[in-house]
Amino acid sequence: MERIPILRMGNFLLVTIQVDMHDQLAMTLQDDLTNAIANYGSRGVLIDISSLEIVDSFIGRMLANISGMARILDAQTVLVGMQPAVAITLVELGMSMPGVKTALNVEAGMDLLRELVSAHRMETGDDDSEV
Amino acid sequence: MSKIAEILQKNESELLADWMKEQLTAVRRRDLMNDGELQAQSTDLLRSIASAARNGNVTDVSGSDWAGVRERLTDISASRAKQGFSPDETALFVFSLKQPLFTRLRNELAKDPNAMFAEMWNATVMVDRLGLMTFGAFLKAKEQLIAQQAEEMLELSTPVVKLWQGIVAIPLIGTLDSNRTQIVMESLLSTIVATNSKVAIIDITGVPAVDTLVAQHLLKTITAAKLMGAECILSGIRPQIAQTIVHLGINLNEVITKASLADALATALQKTGKTVVRIDKQNGKAGENKDGAEVKQTPERKGA
Amino acid sequence: MTTLKSESVDIAGPTDVVILRQKVRAWSIELKFSLVDQTKMITASSELARNTLDHGGGGRCLMEMVSNGARSGLRLTFEDHGPGIPDIDLALKDGYSTGNGMGLGLSGSKRLVNEFQIASKVGEGTRICVVRWK
Repeated sequence: MERIPILRMGNFLLVTIQVDMHDQLAMTLQDDLTNAIANYGSRGVLIDISSLEIVDSFIGRMLANISGMARILDAQTVLVGMQPAVAITLVELGMSMPGVKTALNVEAGMDLLRELVSAHRMETGDDDSEV
Repeated sequence: MSKIAEILQKNESELLADWMKEQLTAVRRRDLMNDGELQAQSTDLLRSIASAARNGNVTDVSGSDWAGVRERLTDISASRAKQGFSPDETALFVFSLKQPLFTRLRNELAKDPNAMFAEMWNATVMVDRLGLMTFGAFLKAKEQLIAQQAEEMLELSTPVVKLWQGIVAIPLIGTLDSNRTQIVMESLLSTIVATNSKVAIIDITGVPAVDTLVAQHLLKTITAAKLMGAECILSGIRPQIAQTIVHLGINLNEVITKASLADALATALQKTGKTVVRIDKQNGKAGENKDGAEVKQTPERKGA
Repeated sequence: MTTLKSESVDIAGPTDVVILRQKVRAWSIELKFSLVDQTKMITASSELARNTLDHGGGGRCLMEMVSNGARSGLRLTFEDHGPGIPDIDLALKDGYSTGNGMGLGLSGSKRLVNEFQIASKVGEGTRICVVRWK
């Protein structure tokens, strides 16, 4: 079965979506990611959508869901690389994804993720892992 | 061959001389075009009318025999529109051919009033149609000119400037309509990507009024930038505009707003991890700096 | 309005939505739509195709390249023979949803196109026609 690969980098998970996703593929990614967060005890997820030419309400909702589910599993999510045309269309569609953290590119996204994770750890007084 | 065609061919130089005289008394725009140029244009056009009249029907100026004339007239109208001639000056260029032509017809057909009337009528129809064609071509050229200028202005009116590493600004000037706002939005967002800017400042000092629609467009731009991972600061909100925004019930709570572009820049620098500090001139460190200030990179807080 | 070319695409499963999106992209490029306009039209087609699939139980989409003399554009007509929509005004409201979506399918795609027409009869089906001009 077709799957979108999830890369593991230390405490972080990295996903690059490069194909025009059909709905089932998006649902599988959601399952795989939540499982991976739980299995590896990951603290951060970075999703790169710079190659995606469209994000409709279904994929938008899936991305927002992943962020919400990850938060419950104690992981932070950063969405990076959304194209201007995609952002304009999503806003026009009525989706602003309020709870989702974003960054311009993978590099800025990694910085933000580290920041979020360390801030979160200071808040919760959790110091059992290295970043 | 019709009488008109015959006259056009036989009396070319006299006709041209009379026509030139007519033109120079009716419209004299030496500021836009010198006499030599006008003479060349008139000669060229008259010859092409003569050859069209010889080969085809004199009143059927939309026929294939008249293609050369139409092409010349379109070119002349277009160039006159660009040179700044008025519409009636351009139309008179063609209409002033009437009198010289009529004079010749009267002289030639003095003995046959019926034929004279018929030929006069044909000549009138021919010149009128050519005149209308000139007028149409003139308007079309003007319209193209206006459309082109509108497009150029649209591009001119939306410069996105880089203020610092990672900070861009767009100073909006003039009235915002939805067409213009869409262009503003697109050029701001693509500059954010191109310059890898974390912060974008939208300055509306030069915007005379903000209504619900404009506010919505601004909010959409800010939301789209946020989705891409950049933050927007809205600056230059004048007191009246602040009042309208609140009266209209527009919610700007989620948006960072600053009174001036300077305040917005300070906030933007802070957000990208930089501060502006005053330099102690007595100690002479980096003293050349004119305003006695420099931007310092503040060490970013690193995790663990 | 004259039709320059047309093609009918079946919408029977999730992969058909992807195929339709790709066709709409190709046609939008052929019509020289700007990148933002392309993205808006593809996104609208995706929303409406999913609507046809999820609420209408599948159907088809008629793609047409049209011209009204001055401008050319892309017209998409989605048809299904599903249960129909009892209250169209309600269905067009933001946030209204019968399925598990966010209720942005119809109202959102209406904002992405220049013309939007909807006709529906309970028990017979739904027909949605959208146009985006260049």
